[in-house]
Amino acid sequence: MSSPEPAVHHHGPPQSFIRKYVFSLDHKVIGKQYYGLALLAVLAGLILSWLMRIHLGWQNAAIPLLGKLSPTGAPGNVMTPDYYLSLMTMHATLMVFFVLTTAPFAAFGNYFLPIQVGAEDMAFPRFNMMSFWVTFVAFVVLILSFFVGDGPPLAGWTSYAPLSSVGGVAGPGQGTGQTLWAASIAIFCIGQLLGSLNFITTTLDLRTKGMSLARMPLSTWGWFVTSVIALLAFAALLPACVLLLLDRTAGTSFFSSAGLVVNDQVLPHSGGSPLLWQHLFWFFGHPEVYIAILPGFGIISSILPAFARKRILSSRAVIGCMVAIGFLSYMVWGHHMFVSGMNPFSAVLFSLPTLIITIPATIMVLLWLGTLYGARMRYTASALFCVGFISVFITGGLSGFFLAQPSLDTYLHATYFVVAHFHFVMALAAMFGIFAGTYFWFPKMFGRMMNETLGKWHFWLTFIGVYCVFMPMHYLGLAGNVRRYAAFTDNYLVPLIPLHRFISISAFVVGAAQFIFFFNLFWSRFWGAKATDNPWEATTLEWSTTSPPPFDNFGGRHLIVYHGPEEYGVESDAHEYVMQTSPEQIKTT
Amino acid sequence: MASTTKVPPQRQIAPDLTSDGQGLIASELRGRSRTTAVGVAQNALPAETGIWVAVAAISMSFASLISALIVRQGVAPDWLHFQLPRILYFNTAILLASSITLEISRRAFDHRPDFGREEWRDDEPAARAFPWLCATMALGLFFVLGQVMAWRELAAKGLFLSSSPSSSFFYVLTALHGLHLLGGVAGLAYVLYRLRPSAGLRQGAVLGVASVYWHFMDGLWVFLLVILAART
Repeated sequence: MSSPEPAVHHHGPPQSFIRKYVFSLDHKVIGKQYYGLALLAVLAGLILSWLMRIHLGWQNAAIPLLGKLSPTGAPGNVMTPDYYLSLMTMHATLMVFFVLTTAPFAAFGNYFLPIQVGAEDMAFPRFNMMSFWVTFVAFVVLILSFFVGDGPPLAGWTSYAPLSSVGGVAGPGQGTGQTLWAASIAIFCIGQLLGSLNFITTTLDLRTKGMSLARMPLSTWGWFVTSVIALLAFAALLPACVLLLLDRTAGTSFFSSAGLVVNDQVLPHSGGSPLLWQHLFWFFGHPEVYIAILPGFGIISSILPAFARKRILSSRAVIGCMVAIGFLSYMVWGHHMFVSGMNPFSAVLFSLPTLIITIPATIMVLLWLGTLYGARMRYTASALFCVGFISVFITGGLSGFFLAQPSLDTYLHATYFVVAHFHFVMALAAMFGIFAGTYFWFPKMFGRMMNETLGKWHFWLTFIGVYCVFMPMHYLGLAGNVRRYAAFTDNYLVPLIPLHRFISISAFVVGAAQFIFFFNLFWSRFWGAKATDNPWEATTLEWSTTSPPPFDNFGGRHLIVYHGPEEYGVESDAHEYVMQTSPEQIKTT
Repeated sequence: MASTTKVPPQRQIAPDLTSDGQGLIASELRGRSRTTAVGVAQNALPAETGIWVAVAAISMSFASLISALIVRQGVAPDWLHFQLPRILYFNTAILLASSITLEISRRAFDHRPDFGREEWRDDEPAARAFPWLCATMALGLFFVLGQVMAWRELAAKGLFLSSSPSSSFFYVLTALHGLHLLGGVAGLAYVLYRLRPSAGLRQGAVLGVASVYWHFMDGLWVFLLVILAART
């Protein structure tokens, strides 16, 4: 009997340019491709946010070139209220889907999950390649809505029915634009489903010898839990988008109610339910925001001990908290619908798990703080972003407490208070997680160090700046400033304009500071100082191979893992840390 | 700039790993293609785990569609009840038969009744499995054809996609199931390709993977039929 073939049919090293850099089966290249896509999307989203902030500060400002982008949306370069809503919709869609789902999960996860479990590649390299290109197609379809038809949709990233389901009769952006949006998101779901399939199977099946689940790095746990949530969440969103597309194009009435009169036209729909869309969307939408933040939890839990030179207080507790958050995230979706007319008793049923989910989140924060306590921190740019993550996550989490209660949410729903809350936990916390991961893993990915000075400037300008941008929004919300408004027409809103101008100016400064990061990324890629294999003296498997890793991650070796990832600050032969792959015993005295 | 396609010389690897016994090279692991932490060697395909992950995702998709159906039925009085076309029950029988033929195929491949006798050892397990596999694919295609005939029957009665939410859900659910089933047929065609003559035991694993998916499609269809029969 001949020797059995290997379990996973691995591919040899690619030869052609197309195979190496375009249609690559290598998870490392795919991870970098996702990161590049996220960079494109964040740049677009950032510019859109500037356009929004200009309009909010100075309603009649003429913005150069805006009229070229959309003659109807910005006649004479002055933004119409409809176009403001379109820009807001695209800003949110790009950021939530193509940045916050892509960078921490698809980009870093694809690059580092196989390496951190000791595998040569993902379980299904071809599916992996498909998942990136499908996501890229989704991005192109979305961006197309700027240039095709009647402009980008304006129904928000939540795309509520019936505005989103009745078609072009609803006004600018709701024809081709909304259809492209729904198609883009449906395509995106398929990409993420393929990706999640890979992550889950790789984690369960391809761990190397000695790598038990308990010894997996916390960043890997973050990606694993995220992929389980993502699998089920995107599987729920895909049919919802299909139904929405059918309502728009095939005359069905899933979400469009009967007797609608829109722009003086009586619509032929029968008794569809807009609430049904809300339930379907938020059943996906709430797990989605945990998909955005959970990789950040994992990344921070992994990086913090490396810079504190101290093990995390309890890695099993962190794992338990991440799993608990993932599980509970499926039970809270109704807290986005407290004012939708639902039964107040159902509101309580959603409010309770929403409050309960703060418990594992708080435990994790306390574990991080406990890790920091008494530690002699090495304050690199990455470490600064880790500490910044904790700060913004606490702030964002605290505002969540208020919104979790239906009685308070009745007032705060759809105000800037909500905008402040989700920007703190998503735009800030999740983004800081991406920054921390970038500064930490850039040496491994590209073999060069990023510039520390620029990194520190980036951190401080960003950290102070984002507090200036988003902290005042809590006040705005409490003062009654409704979100998604393009104009300040009421007596109680007009006095808030100076505060909006302060926020806008801070936003421009913060946005400009991000160019320090972009510059650092590109400059260091080519001219940064060469990196060693383990510049941070970290313990996980990616640091036991070269920077960057060879084609099959470990040069043909199958590693054996002897320890967990948290052996920092221990007595060891050569260092005060022990790598996972080191066979030396830990001296416990 | 280091290229990711070159294997670097040994000295660049971190010192922990260059001494003896601290990292096994690929040749030492030949014959043990996957080891877990408990050291048990398994020659399993990742697809054997992956297919269950896919089943979970597809279940969630159909679960959200069915909850949408239940909610939609309850919110408005425009739900038109109609008789399900009789051919659906015949199609169900065809699909169940295809599951049976697939099981016969899988068992024919796995179990080699040689009773310890050298001369009865069968070197062509694929040959025994082939005809039953082809039968499964044919029955699957007949099922999809039967579904199309069911649609034509409904259309003849004037029930189209947008006629009523009940018919909308009928078309959507049957279409999505049918598409997934066609994907299963494509998967079986891939299995046929992999089960070339003198395939080893290892190749049988793809047949196991495909049959998990196929039986799931079968079970899903029965479930959908019950829901549709009860609600439309």
